[in-house]
Amino acid sequence: MVSSSLRIHALCKRYGDFVALAPTSLEVAKGEFLTLLGPSGSGKTTLLSLIAGLAHPDEGQILIDDTDVTRSPAYARDIGVVFQNYALFPHMTIEDNIAFPLKMRKVSDAEARRRTAEALETVCLPHVAKRYPRELSGGQQQRIALARCIVYRPAIILMDEPLGALDKKLRDQMQLEIKRIHRELGTTIVYVTHDQEEAMTMSDRICLMNAGAIEQLGTPQDLYFRPRSVFVADFLGESNLLSATVRGVDGEGLDIVLTEQASASRAVGNGSRFATGEPVKVMVRPQNLVVGEGGQLSGRLTDVMISGSLTRLYIAPETAGLPQLVAAHPTRSGSAPYEIGQRLSLGWHAADAVAIHDGKET
Amino acid sequence: MGAPLVLLLVLFLVYPVGQLLLLSVYGDNGFTLAQYRQLFASSVYLDVLLITLKISLVTTLICVVTGYPIAYLISVVGKERKATLLFWVLLSFWTSFLVRAFAWIVLLGRNGVINKTLVSLGIISSPANLLYNFGSVLVGMVNALLPLAVLTMLSVMENIDRNLPRAAATLGARPGMAFWKIYFPLSLPGVAAAGIMVFVTAIGFFIVPALLGGRRETMITQLIIDQVQQTMNWGFAGAISVLLLVVVLIVFAAYDRLLGLSTMTGASAPSNAKPSRLSGPVVRAGDALLTLLGAISDRIVLLWPSRRRDRNSDQAGMGLQAFVWTMLLIISAPTILMIPLSFGTGGLNWPPQGFTLHWYETVLNSSVWTQAMLRSLLVGIGTGLLAMLIGTPAAFLLVRSDIRGKAAWLAFILSPIVVPRMIIAVGLFYVFARMGLVGSAVGLILGHTVVAVPYVVMTMMAVLRNYDTRLDQAAQSLGARPFATLRFVTFPILGAGMMSSFLFAFATSFDELTIALFATGGLNATLPKQFWDEVTLQVSPSIAAVSTCLFVFMGLLIFVAERLRRRAAAR
Repeated sequence: MVSSSLRIHALCKRYGDFVALAPTSLEVAKGEFLTLLGPSGSGKTTLLSLIAGLAHPDEGQILIDDTDVTRSPAYARDIGVVFQNYALFPHMTIEDNIAFPLKMRKVSDAEARRRTAEALETVCLPHVAKRYPRELSGGQQQRIALARCIVYRPAIILMDEPLGALDKKLRDQMQLEIKRIHRELGTTIVYVTHDQEEAMTMSDRICLMNAGAIEQLGTPQDLYFRPRSVFVADFLGESNLLSATVRGVDGEGLDIVLTEQASASRAVGNGSRFATGEPVKVMVRPQNLVVGEGGQLSGRLTDVMISGSLTRLYIAPETAGLPQLVAAHPTRSGSAPYEIGQRLSLGWHAADAVAIHDGKET
Repeated sequence: MGAPLVLLLVLFLVYPVGQLLLLSVYGDNGFTLAQYRQLFASSVYLDVLLITLKISLVTTLICVVTGYPIAYLISVVGKERKATLLFWVLLSFWTSFLVRAFAWIVLLGRNGVINKTLVSLGIISSPANLLYNFGSVLVGMVNALLPLAVLTMLSVMENIDRNLPRAAATLGARPGMAFWKIYFPLSLPGVAAAGIMVFVTAIGFFIVPALLGGRRETMITQLIIDQVQQTMNWGFAGAISVLLLVVVLIVFAAYDRLLGLSTMTGASAPSNAKPSRLSGPVVRAGDALLTLLGAISDRIVLLWPSRRRDRNSDQAGMGLQAFVWTMLLIISAPTILMIPLSFGTGGLNWPPQGFTLHWYETVLNSSVWTQAMLRSLLVGIGTGLLAMLIGTPAAFLLVRSDIRGKAAWLAFILSPIVVPRMIIAVGLFYVFARMGLVGSAVGLILGHTVVAVPYVVMTMMAVLRNYDTRLDQAAQSLGARPFATLRFVTFPILGAGMMSSFLFAFATSFDELTIALFATGGLNATLPKQFWDEVTLQVSPSIAAVSTCLFVFMGLLIFVAERLRRRAAAR
């Protein structure tokens, strides 16, 4: 087994009565890219601050490379932080900013110069060494903030919504850049974001947080295709959620009956145990909702949206009580145009219907 | 839009000061340097200049060094504790210099709190002479100017990104190193601005040395007063004024050479601070010094084995808090201790005895005092309104339009703060005397507006910079004509800012003594002038009663102003 770079055990933080982080345990492997994802107030930034040593936990333990750093101040932990607003020192040149952590570690001047130049090469900005932070664009400042972290090779780099202030195009470019640097250096990265797409593209594993606790921890595929709760299904990507009751369990497969439709169909479990008679939600992703003949449901088309590569169909089911459904397929040119109000039949493969416990995960 | 302001400054600042300076070189027989010959004939005046510089320099040093931790603490603590700390600084800031100086007379007197306490504790056997020496002047000066130093430094410190020291910590800097290498250099513009503000104000002071100093602590402005009030020697007063002005200008020129004047006008947010104009070797030496300081502080922290080093880095240390509260106590206590004395029957001796409203009755029954209060209120409100009417359009002009030479205009508008108040006062007295405005409320309002208007312009400029002009555009796109836009959108939003700049101008006028010193007298006196006349004659408990009233009034005013500010901020 790969040794872990970061181990957190029952870490907990309260502000008065407010629980910012319920007791939480987590392990991050060496070289892993882990994303803390969640809506604002979900505790992801609290967790990051605790790891960085910028806030102090009420209970629990933090181990970095098997050393207990729970009580260590930030400067004594082997970490690097890329702050949301970059936090470059405005009174120092770019070069001095990057050399700062080396100076704090009493690296010789010649060595510091060499490594600073190297770090600037890595982020593709060797020509800005003598400038001041305010003379750089947002994207460039972002790279410098990254360079200032990688220059001293910390065991873990923590990033707090580092791309939040950039526009879409630059953000996509920086995502690739960060991934490249992660690959080249093999550093462990803990990354905070509230952008689910960003989390899906970049992470080895995603730790989805909600209300101060971990909702689900796993690979992007796990979270997307086997969500443990309705919250996860809802937060990552679009989903159609239908109420149903379990009628039988055989291994991974489930016999279910849709509540509103009262028709029998098949679904797969999300990895947790189900009991006969239990109420569940069945999740079908839009791209798995197939438009055609002989489907389980039918409805009228209310809206069509073409967002570049995907065409989305919004459908009002004919059965009362069912929520609005959305189906998606790749945009094709030359196919017959849809008509609003047109009647459509909808179906899905049993393997694409995922049953989730209705209500909170037990 | 800026025309009224320019007119005001030309007529009641440039012209009077110019007149005074001319008087120093024009005698009855045309051009003469006789005044300057007299000035440098003996060492008397140069000695006064040296004493003035010495007192100002020591005051500045103490204010900046002790003010720094106070401003630092205020900038890092949470919202509520910040409001409390700031209230005490502001209360002290707005309490009249006169009231505070008078309080120290009472406190340091032979039967004052300090002597009585020391005697009763057996530390000294008989009361010591604590008044009328260098030390008492220094105490008074520091008390007078410390709040100014704190507020100036605070304005810069509040703009320092809290994340920067935290970032330094994650990069491996211990707290001492993070402070000296990151926080301190970023706060330096504030330190420099505070230094020059305090120094220039101190040079022009006369209240504190006159009330708390002896003959050997005479300062240069006192000489000017003597020349005008006792001998009516305009020419010689002008010559001394020139000397004072030259010193102030040299100080500013030196400051500009080293740091650039632009750091003073509040545009000193560290993010756009220019790299210092100091040359390479100096910078390297400074950097090495800061590194050394950082290393030493961290070594000292390490020597303290019992201290919990894992506490939250954002929490201020107990030592710092204790220091700050001690300083705030020292600057507030004298005025507060006067309150019980004003109700006492035993005069101004500590401890207060009995309870009586006698002193308040004396004050209220005296037509001199009541007239003075009314006059001060009238002049204060007049000044507030006039300064707003003149200053607000100028602020609009400076923020919204692209006029040429903005920096020069700004420097001109701020010049009433830079030119020592005494020079303006004497110049105005000379001009008013010939216009028949001496002793009139109109003359006073004009004079006070000159010194209050820069504050109005600065406040309104700050408010306007934060104002989102797209709101105006939105109003116009919705069909509002320019006037309707102003009336329904712009002014309601700027209202709180305008109110607080009005209060600022009002308070400046209400507490103004220098101009009132010459321009009023007898039944025309303003409250500070009446106070001054009384206190230079005798130290009586009725003055303690007046002081208490002023203190409470100012406390209420700050409370209201703070409320307004918060309402504006909440939007």
